Amino acid sequence: MTGKIIFGGAGDLPISPFTKGSMVFNKTCAWRNIKPVIDINSCSKCMICWKFCPETAIDIIDGRPAIDYDYCKGCGICAAECPGKAIKMTAEEK
Amino acid sequence: MRQLMTGNYAASYAVKYAGVQVIAAYPITPQTQIVEKLSEMCAAGELKARYINVESEHSAMAACIGASSTGARVFTATSSQGLAYMHELLHWASRARLPVVMTNVNRAMAPGWNVWADQNDSLSQRDTGWMQIYCKSAQEVFDSILMAYKISEKVLLPTMINYDAFFTSHTEEPVDIPDAEKVRDFLPGLRRGRIMDVDDPCAFGTLVAQDTYTEFQYKIQESMQDAKKVITETCAEFKSIFNREYALTEEYKMSDADEVIIATSTMFETASVAVDELRKKGSKTGALRIRYFRPFPSEDIIRALSGKKRALVLDRNISFGAQGIFCQEVLAAAGGKGNMPAISGVVLGLGGR
Repeated sequence: MTGKIIFGGAGDLPISPFTKGSMVFNKTCAWRNIKPVIDINSCSKCMICWKFCPETAIDIIDGRPAIDYDYCKGCGICAAECPGKAIKMTAEEK
Repeated sequence: MRQLMTGNYAASYAVKYAGVQVIAAYPITPQTQIVEKLSEMCAAGELKARYINVESEHSAMAACIGASSTGARVFTATSSQGLAYMHELLHWASRARLPVVMTNVNRAMAPGWNVWADQNDSLSQRDTGWMQIYCKSAQEVFDSILMAYKISEKVLLPTMINYDAFFTSHTEEPVDIPDAEKVRDFLPGLRRGRIMDVDDPCAFGTLVAQDTYTEFQYKIQESMQDAKKVITETCAEFKSIFNREYALTEEYKMSDADEVIIATSTMFETASVAVDELRKKGSKTGALRIRYFRPFPSEDIIRALSGKKRALVLDRNISFGAQGIFCQEVLAAAGGKGNMPAISGVVLGLGGR
C-alpha cells in the first residue's frame, strides 16, 4: 500500500472523497460476525479460497493462503468453496 | 458582436467560448437545440470537444462526472423528466466536488404531458448540492454560463443554469457575443490539477464512514455559503470586462417602493412592466428578482425587503401540500428578522400558462 492515510481526522480531510488511502483507515472487518479459520494441516494449498474471496482479503504468504482479518467481512464463501473442508467458520471474538 | 439568437443557441455559443472539452447529452424538448448546435460545432471542428452520445440523461451526467474527475471542463443540458432521471448523479457530482456546468430548460413535469415553462423540475433538485441560477434573457444565459465555469471551478460545486422553456429557450433576442480573446482572459483554460490521474491513482467513490461523513457535508455547506462572495467577485470582474451587471438578486424601482413583487426568470420582466403600470396609478411598487436560488441570497433579500410594507412572491412552481417554493424560501429568510413586510405568495404560470 503506497497511499498515505489522509482520513486521520476532520482537520486534514481532502475536499473530495475521491481520494487515496481511505481503505487503510476504514477497516471493514468491523462488519464481520463469524470468522473463517484455516486449518493449515488440512490445507492442500489449491488457492481456491484465494480465487473466490470477493473482498480479496485472502493473501498468499509463503505459498499458503492467509486471511487478512482487517478486511475479511466473514461472508463464508472461502469455507463453502474449500474442497478439503480446511476452513471453518467460527464465532467472532469481540 | 450583437446577433439575434434564441436562449438555446446563446447557451451553445457560451459553451463553445468557454472552451468546454467534453459534452455528453441526451436530447429532450425544449433543450435539444443546445446540444444539436454543439454537435454541429464539434462535427465542423470549430469546437475541439469530445462529444459523447449517451443512451440517457443518467448516463450523460455519469459521463460528465467521469470526465470532470480527470480535470476536463464538461457540459450537459437537459430539461424536466430528463433532469429527474439524472437525480442520483446530481448528488454524485456535488458530493465529489466536481465543477460540472449544466443548463436546464425549465419545463413542466408530466403527467399531463406539457413541454412549457414551469420550475418544478429544477426546484425538485433543491437539495442535491448544485448551485442554481434562474435567467431572464438569452444574454443572461450566455453570460451566466461563462461565469458559472469560473465560479464552479473556484467553489468546487456544480452549477445548474435554468431558464424558461420557449419564453427564453426558443425566443430570439439580440445577444452580444464578445471577442473570444476577452473570454479567454476572463476564463482561462484548464482550471486545476486532476482528481483522477493514472500516474497517481486513487479510488473513485471511497468509503466514508460515520466518523467523517458529516465533515464532508459540512465542507459543502461552508463552500455554498462562501460561494456568495465568489459569485459577487466574479460578477464584478465580469462587469469590468464585458460591462454587463449581475448579482445574486436584481432590483427594479425598489428604492422608494412600499410594496414589492418578487419573481424569477422571465416573470420578473413581466413584473417590471406591472410595476410601471401600478406606478402610473400612484402605487409605490418595486420588483425583486431572485437570480441565485442556491446559494440562497437571504442577506440580499432581507436588505431589499427591509422597511417595505407588503411583498408578493410569484411562483411558477408548487410544493404540493405547502405552497410556492420561492415564497417558502423568502419566508424562511425573513423569519425572525425585524422590519420585514407582510409576505404572501401566489402560484401561477404553471405549464407555461
